[in-house]
Amino acid sequence: METPLVRRIPADAAARKPRARVVALIGPAIVAGGMIWGILEPYRLTILHPRGEGFWWLVLEPPLLVALSGVIFALVVARPLLADLEAHDAAAR
Amino acid sequence: MLPHAEMVHWAFASGILFVGLCLLCEAIVGQEVWRMRPWRKYLWPGVAFSMGVLLWPVMAFFTNSSIHMYAHGSWAEVLMLAGGAELGLVHGRLKSPLWRLTWPIAFAVTGLAFIVHEQNPWFFARSAFLHHLLGWTFLLGAIVPLALVWRPRSAALQACMAFTIVAVAVMLFTDRDVAPVFGHLSPLAGPEHR
Repeated sequence: METPLVRRIPADAAARKPRARVVALIGPAIVAGGMIWGILEPYRLTILHPRGEGFWWLVLEPPLLVALSGVIFALVVARPLLADLEAHDAAAR
Repeated sequence: MLPHAEMVHWAFASGILFVGLCLLCEAIVGQEVWRMRPWRKYLWPGVAFSMGVLLWPVMAFFTNSSIHMYAHGSWAEVLMLAGGAELGLVHGRLKSPLWRLTWPIAFAVTGLAFIVHEQNPWFFARSAFLHHLLGWTFLLGAIVPLALVWRPRSAALQACMAFTIVAVAVMLFTDRDVAPVFGHLSPLAGPEHR
């Protein structure tokens, strides 16, 4: 019987991990930045008190824009980029 | 029905932040990996060019003086020029790396326009402070894309470029039409926004 756990990581795979980790962390870090900003300055989030607010005040809220940028970046850029980075490193091995 | 000027700044800050993050990723993974998918090489130059195009309606609808109009018009021109040149370079239509000089030119013109069209001192209000800060950031930051013309593969320079652009986005996000800066707000600036 053999365990399915991998106990040894090839050196090159370990070396590429920091790059992949940084790329994977950028999007969530930006989202977290937007959320922290919203917590520190809740009055910038008109969605929390929408009564009487105009259209643009409800659409363009800076902390939400920051978080949205992070989400779009993570889904559109980072995710396929990580797959490509893995494929590139696998081909180089 | 038009949004406030500060809201336009925040919207542009989102696009600039996205460009900065793309540049940062390209610096981290390298050009070879970044260009593995054909659409990705056009991504940030395309966003930059589009923001240049979108600056024209900003110039038309949000400028209240000639000098503001010249400033916004010049940003639209240089951003379209630099974004377009980058699109031409990544597509292979443009061969000469000297086309990358459009970026330091864009930075320098942007910086000068920021400084020239702000007529109030640094601590008049937050927007005045940010105009001066953004102007000097662009002017001094122009050294980075200038160095990239001769060292286009330098990851350190690419990362510097990315962080400069992310810093510009942060500054634009902090902009308000009328707000104090470090506790200073001139009584001539008008009533403070929330």
